Amino acid sequence: MADLLKKEIDSILKKYENPEESLIGVLQDVQTLDGYISRNSVEYITEKTGIPSSRIMGVASFYAGFRLKPVGKYRIMVCMGTACHVNGAERIGDTVKRILNIEEGDVTSDGLFSWEEVACLGCCSIAPAMMINDTAYGTLTPDKVQKIIDSIREEESK
Amino acid sequence: MRFLLGYGSCGIASGAKDALEGLETALKDSAFSVEKVGCNGLCFAEPIVEIITDNGESVLYGRLNKESAYALAESVLSGVLPEENKLSDDELRFLEGQKRIVLSGCGKVNPESIESYIENGGYRSLKKALEIGADAVIEEVKKSGLRGRGGAGFPTYIKWQSARNSQGDEKYIVCNADEGDPGAFMDRAVLEGDPHRVLEGMMISGVAVGAQMGLIYVRAEYPLAVKRLNLAIDEMRREGILGDNIFGSGFSFDFRIMMGAGAFVCGEETALLASLGGNRGMPVTKPPFPAQKGFRGKPTNINNVETFANISWIIEHGGEEFAKMGTEGSKGTKVFALAGKVKRGGLVEVPMGLTINDIVFGICGGIKNDKEVKAVQMGGPSGGCIPKDMLNTQIDYENIAKTGAIMGSGGMIVMDEDTCMVDMAKFFMDFTSKESCGKCVPCRIGTTRMLEILKRICNGEGEESDITTLTELGESIKTGALCGLGNSAPNPVLTTIKYFRNEYEAHINEKRCPAKKCTALIQFKIDKIKCKGCSLCSKKCPVDAINGEIKKPYVIDSAKCIRCSQCIDNCKFGAIEKISGEGVK
Repeated sequence: MADLLKKEIDSILKKYENPEESLIGVLQDVQTLDGYISRNSVEYITEKTGIPSSRIMGVASFYAGFRLKPVGKYRIMVCMGTACHVNGAERIGDTVKRILNIEEGDVTSDGLFSWEEVACLGCCSIAPAMMINDTAYGTLTPDKVQKIIDSIREEESK
Repeated sequence: MRFLLGYGSCGIASGAKDALEGLETALKDSAFSVEKVGCNGLCFAEPIVEIITDNGESVLYGRLNKESAYALAESVLSGVLPEENKLSDDELRFLEGQKRIVLSGCGKVNPESIESYIENGGYRSLKKALEIGADAVIEEVKKSGLRGRGGAGFPTYIKWQSARNSQGDEKYIVCNADEGDPGAFMDRAVLEGDPHRVLEGMMISGVAVGAQMGLIYVRAEYPLAVKRLNLAIDEMRREGILGDNIFGSGFSFDFRIMMGAGAFVCGEETALLASLGGNRGMPVTKPPFPAQKGFRGKPTNINNVETFANISWIIEHGGEEFAKMGTEGSKGTKVFALAGKVKRGGLVEVPMGLTINDIVFGICGGIKNDKEVKAVQMGGPSGGCIPKDMLNTQIDYENIAKTGAIMGSGGMIVMDEDTCMVDMAKFFMDFTSKESCGKCVPCRIGTTRMLEILKRICNGEGEESDITTLTELGESIKTGALCGLGNSAPNPVLTTIKYFRNEYEAHINEKRCPAKKCTALIQFKIDKIKCKGCSLCSKKCPVDAINGEIKKPYVIDSAKCIRCSQCIDNCKFGAIEKISGEGVK
């Protein structure tokens, strides 16, 4: 495990008075830093705090917000909320899957994209919606999804 | 002259950044600037700008982009309020019939400025609460008749009183801002648009209960809400409204924000407390109630965002004034998030006692594309579908519960004739089975079994006994599950069986989906006469399932077709239709 990551986890742990009570916050910070919760990170937190790895994994695997696998540079989150479902979210997910040609939760071989279905993003008035990293896209159609992904690819190939 | 731009996360997703750029370019050399405000609820017309003229006239402009926003600002500067992009009188009916308490600041105050909140009367109620004291505060809340807006509708004052009566010098106020109901976004709008209103409500609750610390458990999926809450708390500290000896009263209070990590079950109080303590969010049996033994084992009062957002109004105007609105058992107003197949989706705050029809057809203008309404879903995965002929039901905790749905947190999803009710039941069951924490058997295994049956039915493999099995399973889960999630998980299935049994029977007996939604039970067909052979569908088909010769009718290969509807969306002649039933499966 890279020393740099260890150092950064050290400073995250210092932020919290009681890392055990704030375990969720600690893991959120580690995920922001590293993109996901790796086995190495879990073991290092155990080493530094004495919180059993089983407990950390118990928490990390319980919440949908934690990822135990790496994500792509562009993380596509297709909203599966009720309003999106009624407005055809399923086919948006299918379209993303078809374009990227990977299963949900996987990363494209160039590391550029990963996609997942997520709970309601709260953008119900522009359903069906998806988010790519921090940007929300609404009133999607398969054509629109294709254009959005194409434009990112184009931007990246420059 | 003021330019107020709706800058909530759905506004931004609809292009508010572009509109901002357009406005700012035009206003660059003028004396005016753009004020970024929260969502005013007219989500259907985002991005929205409200122009308030010097004589106080307010005009709303919607659906702006960079160019039209620029043109608008240019025109306004030259003294003309243009007609382009102005919301029509019909669209403005959206605001009629609403009574805004919780949303009164959304779209009006600048959520990133404490001065703006104070100018609009902010923190006056906190001062008043400190003057009149805890017992008087609880008395006002009691008189108001306010009930928990998170869904269950428990009287707020009882919770407060009971936390106040609990012994201990360390007590907590928790705000449940883990808005997990898919299809609900009221709390997000309030937190993004008027965060101080919620914080003030929490502090008044602190005065009443005798707590010194407020914890906000907010969804990590709401980054803008988190950002604005943090900013608001910093500003309060700077202004001396937070910390020790607030307003010289001897009362001390502070806030801490914790981001949820994505678990619907954390809406349940005891699961939320487990999560706040850094654990898996699993509920425990009550008693002891959080009011006796909550966060860190200390007395804790937990309310939802909307409940807290009502408090400052109640303290300012008095509980009796609040209780004048609503019905016998449900007082005040309720915020609803309208979405789905409705013409004007957005946030609506109405006095209790209106009917569902008043909201869907009066305020929101009816159904998109003038289709027939089929049902309105209330209460999300814990609620139910209320059919068309019951939409004259009055909005009130008890009346909604009588239909089999629940008031819930305020999500209202409107469904039209194209919505398959069995598919909806499957959708919610899929959600709750994934979100079940796994602690108790009825919920963990029961929801999984119900989902398996629903999937079979939608796949055309339903059996005659399925409806009875689903009903029996549903009733046992309702009585046997440990917490609210399990107790209510079967509601979407039970209500759809109750009101739309014919749709279940069509799926099971005829292998037919009346709404033509379930992909295993439908086929796409090109009408030979309507098809002009333009080849557009063939080009748009992602799996090359459509073939033919130019200017001759095209044909869809059903074996290849993935039922994505791309062809239907693109056909200019309405030549492609879905069929279900006879011969499809």
